Amino acid sequence: MLNVLYFARLRDALGVAQEEIPEGAATVRELVAQLVARGEVWQQELGGARVFRVAINQEMAQLDDAIPANAEVALFPPVTGG
Amino acid sequence: MQTDLAVDKIIVQEADFDVAAEYQRLAGDPAIGAVVMFVGRVRDLNPQPELVSLHLEHYPAMTAKALQQIVESARERWPLDAVTVIHRVGALQPAEQIVLVLTASAHRIAAYAANTYIMDYLKTKAPFWKKEVSAAHSVWVEARESDQEAQQRWERENDAGCSGIGGGRSAPNGGA
Repeated sequence: MLNVLYFARLRDALGVAQEEIPEGAATVRELVAQLVARGEVWQQELGGARVFRVAINQEMAQLDDAIPANAEVALFPPVTGG
Repeated sequence: MQTDLAVDKIIVQEADFDVAAEYQRLAGDPAIGAVVMFVGRVRDLNPQPELVSLHLEHYPAMTAKALQQIVESARERWPLDAVTVIHRVGALQPAEQIVLVLTASAHRIAAYAANTYIMDYLKTKAPFWKKEVSAAHSVWVEARESDQEAQQRWERENDAGCSGIGGGRSAPNGGA
């Protein structure tokens, strides 16, 4: 299982902070496509012009990065600390 | 020496921090000729009259890792004797302190450059998010393009293989 986390504005918009998703997506791009296919707010937030970031096992990742087994994958808006 | 300055002090906490105490921590180290301390504070961003506070959220498991990596990469670029990063989370009022970055080196140029570098990366790579909270509603702060550009400036320097401001590996003793 992948442990998928959502933070900040993205968590508020999607209405979920954490979920487990069965393994299957080989890359971040495939996982995002899987989420976008849920439609509605998922499509709006992850399938359009809105910018978001992805981390795999607490490291910033790119769309074509591979997702290892049992990974923690986090999706969040561009960061605004400091 | 009472404190081990070779070990970076990197903390995420709700409590406020004491700038004088963080400076005092370096006392007695004659290798340190220059100390730069940056403090970021909550500014009253909003034109709306009602009191606005800030809520800072983070991704704890990743924040620690990201800050550590940023500081390590600054240490690879400049000869630093001590680094302290303290970032607050939770509810913050206007004029409160949010973040402290302290860089200490033999010479000022390395201390200044490393401090800027750490803040530029912290603002674009460390998983913190700000939300403005007022009586009526709350709004997530949008990331700024200028912060992204400030961080990318360092990446371009890497690509060009030059040391840029403050001196990199090729000139580790920039000179105060």
